[in-house]
Amino acid sequence: MTQTEALKEYLLRLADSDMILGQRLCELCGKAPALEEEMALMNVALDLVGQARNWYEYAAELIDDGRDADKLAYRRDAHDYRNLLMTEQPNEDYAVTMGRQFFFDAWHYFTLKSLAGASDERVAGIAAKALKEATYHLRRSSEWVKRLGDGTEESHRRMQDAVDILWRFTGELITPDETDQLIAKAGIGPDPEQLKADWQGLVTEVLTQATLTPGAEDAWMYMGGKHGEHTEHLGFILAEMQFLQRAYPDATTW
Amino acid sequence: MYAQLVETGAKRLKTLEEMSPEERAFQEKVDAEIKIEAKNWMPEGYRKTLVRQISQHAHSEVVGMLPEGNWVTRAPTLKRKLQLMAKIQDEAGHGLYLYSAMETLGADRDEEIEKLHQGKAKYSSIFNYPTLNWADMGAVGWLVDGAAIVNQVVLQRTSYGPYSRAMVRICKEESFHQRQGYQILLDLMRGGTDEQKAMVQDAINRLWWPSLMMFGPHDDESPNSQQSLAWKIKRKSNDELRQMFIDQTVPQLEFLGCTAPDPDLKWNEETGHYDFGEINWQEFYDVLKGNGPCNRERIRTRKKAIDEGAWVREAAVAYAKKQKQRTAAA
Repeated sequence: MTQTEALKEYLLRLADSDMILGQRLCELCGKAPALEEEMALMNVALDLVGQARNWYEYAAELIDDGRDADKLAYRRDAHDYRNLLMTEQPNEDYAVTMGRQFFFDAWHYFTLKSLAGASDERVAGIAAKALKEATYHLRRSSEWVKRLGDGTEESHRRMQDAVDILWRFTGELITPDETDQLIAKAGIGPDPEQLKADWQGLVTEVLTQATLTPGAEDAWMYMGGKHGEHTEHLGFILAEMQFLQRAYPDATTW
Repeated sequence: MYAQLVETGAKRLKTLEEMSPEERAFQEKVDAEIKIEAKNWMPEGYRKTLVRQISQHAHSEVVGMLPEGNWVTRAPTLKRKLQLMAKIQDEAGHGLYLYSAMETLGADRDEEIEKLHQGKAKYSSIFNYPTLNWADMGAVGWLVDGAAIVNQVVLQRTSYGPYSRAMVRICKEESFHQRQGYQILLDLMRGGTDEQKAMVQDAINRLWWPSLMMFGPHDDESPNSQQSLAWKIKRKSNDELRQMFIDQTVPQLEFLGCTAPDPDLKWNEETGHYDFGEINWQEFYDVLKGNGPCNRERIRTRKKAIDEGAWVREAAVAYAKKQKQRTAAA
């Protein structure tokens, strides 16, 4: 794999993860537990889809096969999607929604922090802007994990359940593959060992403060999203998200 | 209009002579266009009417997120998705802002929301109609936000200060939404396929009359309008506002190359206004009574969100309490 090939792949991963998590948050429109949360969820979703668009645009330029950002988002099927499995997990209750967000945000924050200093200027520019947003996302989701973990008996039980349900998708965040290694070596993405240590450090700290127990260190991990092997959820997400583009393939303007 | 048939408690208007000294001083202030502020004395009817109107307006913003939420997961492009998300976020913000304005009158947000969920409080009838195709996202922006703006621009001069200031801020964002909505329709009509153009006409056919109903019944049907006008909570009558909306909207409709589902709609050279057909008021009152296509779904969705979120809010309160104790102990 060349460095350019790795970069194309890596950009799609960033874009797809942002897009799919943004889509999951869109599903909550009008259904949040409070009006303030309604605003915050849509705000985070807006940031994520905005970031996805930036990554898609750059990816489209490098891929250079006539597809634009919209084509990449709306005309690829599940096996071509490269998002982390974490991002496609269903909203379920607010503990799962916030747990998913927190695990992702912690990964996202450290990843973007590194990307903001990338040797590739375009990547650095997009990441610098995204990092400001992700910093707020992480602060917010950490706070919610603590509130729910250390709130009432019920919220503690639900938050612990959420950690248990989601834990098997955390391995993919911090287990590098060839692409991650190449991107790190090129001075673009984070050093995998460092990312893993940062992520684990922060997650342990927040879960401890939240009086929650993390999953076992040797827990079995469900991986594959980065290579297009997804959970059953993604097909349905895409069926909904891509409906209009698929139903009206001849339309050139919306 | 986001508030319809707001009950004022008035059977007829009092004359200045019939008023108490306080009431008279209040009315003279209103007549002199001096804004009423939260701490000022106000007739109980005025306060209650405002709470009803502002809470209806706030509920409308919140319930109004649902027909758009119906399409936000299916928006066709990244640009349209982002626009719709931003619009929905604005609406949640308007809701918060309006509930705050309402709370300056001593009302409680949770109590008013509870009334909504019990079916005792109203919200704009328009949101009880379904959004059935993508062009509805354009038509809602253009017609529904458009109708709301006609009303709200006038409400910037409403007599209650906090409400008036909320309107100034909200109007700016609403006009942006309206232009965006119109642009969706224009792009579909200009560059769309026949199927896409049909979506636009279909959306207009379904939303045209309900949009006109947003302004509420004829003024002579309600004593509430007269009292609200005297208090300058309302600044123009329902029929005046409706006519303004039609006059500004029909040329835009023609520019789109679409038609309204009203055979009586035509320019009247003599009056300088568009004539239009009679609104189906039976449908309006049916929808208001809870018998619109989506009344049940809208309220059930809102109630479910708040009910199922109770444990989340309780946890936040419990955690804040613990944090406070920890800080005090440290």
